Amino acid sequence: MKPLLRRAAPLDAPALRLTWNGQPIAAQPGDTVLTALLLSGERLRTTLGTGAPRAGFCLMGACQDCWVQCADGRRLRACSTLAEEGMALVDSLPGECP
Amino acid sequence: MTASPKAEAAPPMVVVGAGPAGVRAAQTLLRHGVRPVIIDEAPLPGGQIYRQSPAPRGSARQRYGFEHKRAAAIHAAGARLREQADYRARTAVWNAAPGRLDLVRDGELDSLPYARLLIATGATDRVLPFPGWVLPGVFSLGGAQIALKGQHCLLGPRIVFAGTGPLLYLVAYQYARAGGQVQAVLDSAPLSRQAGALPALMNQPGMLAKGLYYLGWLRARGVPMHHSASLAAALGAARVEGVRARIGGAERTIACDALAVGHGLRSETQLADLLDCAFGFDAAQRAWLPQRDADGRSSVVGVYLAGDGAGIGGAIQAELSGERGALAMLADSGIDIDRARLRRLERRQAALSRFRQGLDRAFPLPSVDRDCDDSLIVCRCEEIRAGELRAAAAQYAIDDLNRLKALTRIGMGLCQGRMCQGGAAELLADCRGIPLSAIGRLRSQAPIKPMPLSTLGEARP
Repeated sequence: MKPLLRRAAPLDAPALRLTWNGQPIAAQPGDTVLTALLLSGERLRTTLGTGAPRAGFCLMGACQDCWVQCADGRRLRACSTLAEEGMALVDSLPGECP
Repeated sequence: MTASPKAEAAPPMVVVGAGPAGVRAAQTLLRHGVRPVIIDEAPLPGGQIYRQSPAPRGSARQRYGFEHKRAAAIHAAGARLREQADYRARTAVWNAAPGRLDLVRDGELDSLPYARLLIATGATDRVLPFPGWVLPGVFSLGGAQIALKGQHCLLGPRIVFAGTGPLLYLVAYQYARAGGQVQAVLDSAPLSRQAGALPALMNQPGMLAKGLYYLGWLRARGVPMHHSASLAAALGAARVEGVRARIGGAERTIACDALAVGHGLRSETQLADLLDCAFGFDAAQRAWLPQRDADGRSSVVGVYLAGDGAGIGGAIQAELSGERGALAMLADSGIDIDRARLRRLERRQAALSRFRQGLDRAFPLPSVDRDCDDSLIVCRCEEIRAGELRAAAAQYAIDDLNRLKALTRIGMGLCQGRMCQGGAAELLADCRGIPLSAIGRLRSQAPIKPMPLSTLGEARP
């Protein structure tokens, strides 16, 4: 899988550790959740209607295409939320459609 | 202004938005002894065009290009506002009523009365639907730029830029400079239009020169640039793998890992709508916009409009209209203003307007492909397709976009029609055979930004 994002220049600040569907991912302070997820992947969620993959669109808080969930059920807009140490992010919760 | 406790308790002047228009407006109020409240969704001032990252990466020149000094000036002015005015960052307006704004910050609700209000809510990309536009890897042009200037990251690695407008070439240039693999720039505007617009563009030779520099730089590095080029589809199953384009009559496929698209810009007008400002149809921007006089007064007493949120004029025009709107707020409050300064603003705005007319001529906004398949997704939020819109419009003889919304839910998803209104309006006008100006517009409804139901439960009835 080819990530959708890559850094224009490497960063060597200490890394934050997050998880995505239980798998560890790394982020740097100042990364948004969207950046953290798309540096290592190519989707953020699947749609409720057809189950199609989505990966954000406007990156400025207007299109609402990038909502992801925390394992505790909290929802956050990935493009306008900064990544934090220990965030456990999931694309859907157990028992949820789809 | 008096400093009595009574005057302190009077409702404040409020500016919504801390981009170039809002920052200059608030600064102007402050300079005249009025301490405004500034409401902005972002953590730091700058708006989208001069967006500041909490952890800046790369140089200011890398982030803002030729405009880095202008960005720095807005940031510095914004920093002073944070010290000297009532600056509320990371705060969204979710509802408005005459004399009152309803705010939400970190899930906490607040209500703010205002004496006078300046709306400087800016714009986002106008993106019309095309097959595959919902695929991962397809982003708005502004979004592609934010990835770079806000996060110092590149979409791709191979990326195609498509749509039209000056931003198309700017972002393609910024990506190529930062190491992006720009596969092609597809401009829907014909080259003849750009040549024809040159006399008007000569009104701002400096800005024209920058545009020509981006073009020349891209051409010198062999980046393929095509005019009269329309996107037929983004290709791929789980993410974008290529684009199919119609270039001067012939179809071509270009392999890529990402696609950035913008068919011009779209003003954020919801707040003006909630406050019942009168709107008019703008043929060049193919959109309904809140009406304003030359000073920025809306049709509603005490409500002022500035910047791209009331019609696309660009960042410099936004600064000027922000200052001018604030001067109108002050003059209307009986506070003395500098008339010579006002005349100077008028002259600069007039020159920029002529330049903008040139841009509108050079980059005419395209419409939706009228032959698009019924399976085309128009509403990204709820995956409503062109066929559903056409069927409802035909069955019930719908000539009004709001009626189409009631029947199909178009514009009722999480984005509140921000992403689909343009496409849905073009499709409805086309399939009913009536002008775009005759089908009306989606009326804004609170909350104008999504908020958790748990928060709304706390709202007063």
